[in-house]
Amino acid sequence: MLFKHEGEESAFLLKCPECDGEIEIPDDVISGEIVSCPDCGMDYEVEVTQEGEIRLKPAEIEGEDWGE
Amino acid sequence: MNVGVIGASGYVGGELLRLLIKHPRVDINLATSRRYAGEFVYRIHPNLRGWTKLKFMAFNPSKATDACDLLFIATPHGVSSTFMPEIIETGIRVIDLSADFRLKDPKAYIKWYGWEHSCPELLEKAVYGLPELHRDEIRRGQLIACPGCMAAAAILALAPIAKRGGIEKNRVIVDFKVGSSGGGAKPSLASHHPEHFGVIRPYKPVGHRHTAEIEQELSILSGEKFSVAMSAHAVNIVRGILATCHLFLTEQISVIDVWRIYRQFYGDEPFIRLVREMKGIYRYPDPKVVVGSNYCDIGFELDMDYSRLVLLSALDNLMKGAAGTAVQDMNIIFGWDEKEGLWDLGLHPI
Repeated sequence: MLFKHEGEESAFLLKCPECDGEIEIPDDVISGEIVSCPDCGMDYEVEVTQEGEIRLKPAEIEGEDWGE
Repeated sequence: MNVGVIGASGYVGGELLRLLIKHPRVDINLATSRRYAGEFVYRIHPNLRGWTKLKFMAFNPSKATDACDLLFIATPHGVSSTFMPEIIETGIRVIDLSADFRLKDPKAYIKWYGWEHSCPELLEKAVYGLPELHRDEIRRGQLIACPGCMAAAAILALAPIAKRGGIEKNRVIVDFKVGSSGGGAKPSLASHHPEHFGVIRPYKPVGHRHTAEIEQELSILSGEKFSVAMSAHAVNIVRGILATCHLFLTEQISVIDVWRIYRQFYGDEPFIRLVREMKGIYRYPDPKVVVGSNYCDIGFELDMDYSRLVLLSALDNLMKGAAGTAVQDMNIIFGWDEKEGLWDLGLHPI
């Protein structure tokens, strides 16, 4: 889903696939850029297709070992 | 607006004074303490030094109601019910931070507190002072009963899902970790430094009094009996509560569903933050992050293998768990911005 940010000409909003929060995407975004969800902190790599469609794919997050 | 604090020498009383001194719309006209009458309040609450010349005085009900537009009461449980009818009769607004008017059922006081309520007719009149659930009633109410600190943490964590359903309402378990200030300012062997330092003490594995108000409020929300089994542990911090709630699902639910339920329920609540981070070291609510603020942070995790939803909430027991909520209630009563006098961040690191 792609939304125009209210009162904002230079950004779009995408829904976060993890938490349904809103991620702001600058309109000059390029493929490979990393964006982060402000609600859940999930990182996504932006993919801009030849047709100009913007897709998000989860970026690698380093895990932590708490002695499990 | 003139306000007074009855029972101002305890930790909750001190926290009320700290908030009220900074509040732009109120003057503190009196702070009472039997033990410290005549003494400057900053001798007992040293963080107030330089901010006030107020002295403790003995409590006299008619003097208090004459001098103030609203009274905060922070006396030990079982005290305010002995004088409440007299002050309520004057028409003054009262915010009671003790347990004396939290429960609707007079018999519950015998079961949970071990004493018979002396003015049960006021229980119906009292409003349970949790703004997120009872904002409109608080605005109209004369007698507001502030929630217990652990009860506030549990109710705020559980309310959205209790209302929505889809869980076993007779099998909810809440485990609390509580800082030492929750035990009040009166010292005991259990609070003595060599005995308390480093503990994880299960001080109430079953039968904690706050069970009564948690069940009362969540049963109202869910429309049927909602049972909570709670256990409380004293841990080695001064301020803060972490409530870990275990619920068992009766229907499939996704992570996004839970986010939507909580976002929808809390909307723009100024003091609720939803915390379920995918990175960093503070991925779930942690009392350390909210100390000194009026926030209640709420997070969750789904355990698909056991159809279990784990809800977590963290708050500062003296703030959102007591004085912060009381000041928020006062702001609601007088139609002020709810954040006035409360709009502060927690400290980090602490």
